[in-house]
Amino acid sequence: MTDFTVVRPAPRAPLPKPNVDLSTTLAGLHLPAPVLTASGCAAAGRELHQFFDVAELGGIVTKSVMLNPRSGRATPRMAETPSGMLNSIGLQGPGIDAFLEHDLPWLVEHGARAVVSIAGGSVDEYAELAARVAAAPGVAAVEVNISCPNVANRGLVFACDPAAASDVVAAVRPHLDGIPLLAKLSPDVTDIVSIARSVVEAGADGLAMINTLLGMVIDVERRRPALAGLTGGLSGPAIRPVAVRCIWQVHAALPEVPILGMGGIRTGRDALELVMAGASAVSVGTATFGDPVAPLRVQEELAVELERLGYSSFRDAIGVAHHS
Amino acid sequence: MTGRPRTSGSVQVKGEVLSVRRVGDYYSITLVAPGIAERTAPGHFVALAVGGPRSSMLLRRSFSIYRVSDRGIYGGTVEIILSVHGAGTDWLAALRPHDPVDVVGPLGRPFPLPKHPVRAVLVGGGYGSAPLFSLAEALRARGCRVDFVLGAATESRLFGALDAKRIAATVTVTTDDGSAGRRGWVSDVLPEVMERADSDVVYACGPMAMLASVTEIAQQRGAVAQCAVEEAMACGIGVCMTCVLPVVGDDGLTRMVRSCTDGPVFDGSQVRWSDVGTVPPDTVGAPAAAGADGDSGRGQS
Repeated sequence: MTDFTVVRPAPRAPLPKPNVDLSTTLAGLHLPAPVLTASGCAAAGRELHQFFDVAELGGIVTKSVMLNPRSGRATPRMAETPSGMLNSIGLQGPGIDAFLEHDLPWLVEHGARAVVSIAGGSVDEYAELAARVAAAPGVAAVEVNISCPNVANRGLVFACDPAAASDVVAAVRPHLDGIPLLAKLSPDVTDIVSIARSVVEAGADGLAMINTLLGMVIDVERRRPALAGLTGGLSGPAIRPVAVRCIWQVHAALPEVPILGMGGIRTGRDALELVMAGASAVSVGTATFGDPVAPLRVQEELAVELERLGYSSFRDAIGVAHHS
Repeated sequence: MTGRPRTSGSVQVKGEVLSVRRVGDYYSITLVAPGIAERTAPGHFVALAVGGPRSSMLLRRSFSIYRVSDRGIYGGTVEIILSVHGAGTDWLAALRPHDPVDVVGPLGRPFPLPKHPVRAVLVGGGYGSAPLFSLAEALRARGCRVDFVLGAATESRLFGALDAKRIAATVTVTTDDGSAGRRGWVSDVLPEVMERADSDVVYACGPMAMLASVTEIAQQRGAVAQCAVEEAMACGIGVCMTCVLPVVGDDGLTRMVRSCTDGPVFDGSQVRWSDVGTVPPDTVGAPAAAGADGDSGRGQS
């Protein structure tokens, strides 16, 4: 048996906190810090709160809630892919009543800025959800998840059609008076700028982008798709270049429209890439599965990167890649 | 790193490998992970990051805790048993002393312990037996009788027979190929073990099919079955929603529940074993009819 001596490194003095103002404004919402959790990767905050204080982030974007409780899909619901994963959860959730009774108040009590993600199968469902959410105290903003099939139109995804996306946002808008409305865009479209224009014209205050890409894994041992749902949404570092490209294109076309950027952020450097492409704030999602403190770590690393590159304020870095 | 004071149940620790050993077809890995050992109860698991911080493997790998020690010169250690079946477990099996490992734990709901002494039979399938030995110690400390049934495909895939012999009143071993103990499955011998020992509770850990059989056998005797399931997990902490299975609640309604937070230990009589891998039509929030939700794989957060 090897003689095992445990050598611990001498404790270092803690590094001084970077002197960078991390505050930002997203669609009129003032945030003390620019990193949020991504919808679907943080439940409603309780689980992650074991590992870090949810109030220290810019905000918590909750798992998309629907009107009714939803079981989600059969397992297997996930497959690991190179620097990524596929998910086919199927929007499992407790429904709006349980969410407003149990989940939202917890976030508000704990000082988190709650961005509530809503999802529906019809335009009317989105509108009703918006009305219910708007009436609840403590909602900082609403993220409208339009990557859902429209049951009234052959299951075609709202986000993939400018008119359908616009219909949802237009129906939601009047119910969210004074509450920032972020439309979450899917990258699985021919022209994301046209979708962006459409939802902005319908009243979106800002854009959350990007959602996942549709992908598949075949289990070669079993000779069939690995997911029970066949296809799933691809997320993680593998999609970051798609996120950066989409944010770049939309920010170039619509420079006045605030963007909550996301897609494969794992480090502060990754976050800065999306910010320089045009994001006013960023969300961290899949990275949380491998590292529960990823959102807070990314926020802290982002401050270090900004200072290293000579920025005293986060806001100064937004969209700079377009200026060079 | 700005974090929270460690007052809650699970912690994230930058641990370190103490040792990696071959045990039959498996590996035993002992990790120095201060903060986890003292919070651990039998049935808890840990979720390990694999491949390193820049790895292409993003998802954690979860393992039942075999043993912990919170004393000694290394501080708190956690030992797990793993079977190599993919790139992540392959990476873990190749680790060497002093290699860093990021550990989150203890996770899950541990085995419920009886308030009064009971006659318990502990059933383990393959390396699924790992969490049963600390459970056996806890039960013995409460004056319980403990009998063990350990089964595997073949002798090299058995785990813990010696541990079991040290602590249990009886140990019955089965192998599919007869290379050790009795030829057959644990479900073949369990009824007679329970009869002889007059067991009133079964604790089991192993493949789903085994847990389903064990539950049925227990129910036939009017005994309770506490089963630790092994569902594929990505995060282990309850945020990814991938480790679900259909479980009947106290209200009689079936829901897809997370095995990492509501389990991994479940009352076997509440689990819809034959429906695992499906969403039973009567599940709360189940799709109204086939295709009603546009079964295209979309509908994502």
